[in-house]
Amino acid sequence: MATEDDSAVKEPLDLIRLSLDERIYVKLRSDRELRGKLHAYDQHLNMILGDVEEVVTSVEIDDETYEEIVKTSKRHVQYLFVRGDGVILVSPPLRTS
Amino acid sequence: MLLPGFAMLFFSYFKELVGKEVTVELKNDLAITGILHSVDQYLNIKLENTRVVDEAKYPHMLSVKNCFIRGSVVRYVQLPPDGVDVDILHDATRREARGA
Repeated sequence: MATEDDSAVKEPLDLIRLSLDERIYVKLRSDRELRGKLHAYDQHLNMILGDVEEVVTSVEIDDETYEEIVKTSKRHVQYLFVRGDGVILVSPPLRTS
Repeated sequence: MLLPGFAMLFFSYFKELVGKEVTVELKNDLAITGILHSVDQYLNIKLENTRVVDEAKYPHMLSVKNCFIRGSVVRYVQLPPDGVDVDILHDATRREARGA
């Protein structure tokens, strides 16, 4: 490790480093998703996001028809610390919404 | 102060936030607002002057004013806008991410 080039992408965490100060998409456990600006992270994937939208998805089953009703609830938070043990994946934002 | 194996970035960040009001959301969906009293390397949190966010839904915490929260049960911490210096966070992250 004689020369540590800050801009070299060697391992997966380096890919996340490229997204610093950019908007990202985070998939969390419990069917939650976040979209926000990445301000800080560490090797545990603890993160601080800014201007965050959280989407919680739940599926209800109708008692009679047994059809699946997919519901989502959204909320907006200005600055959010996210604990890394809930993170499943991190990515540039998907162009779905 | 060497704490090998534990990220220092967020520990240092939360130490700077002591005295400010935060809202801690736990993995069991309970959300607690309070003044950040202290934090440790495991990101365990001590809050003072606590009140539960949805008091009608969680009445069993009505008499609790101070609490210790194990770091591992935290899902989110909502941060006050004046507690976030984006530039300092970016610089610290670049330095910490290199060492990982």
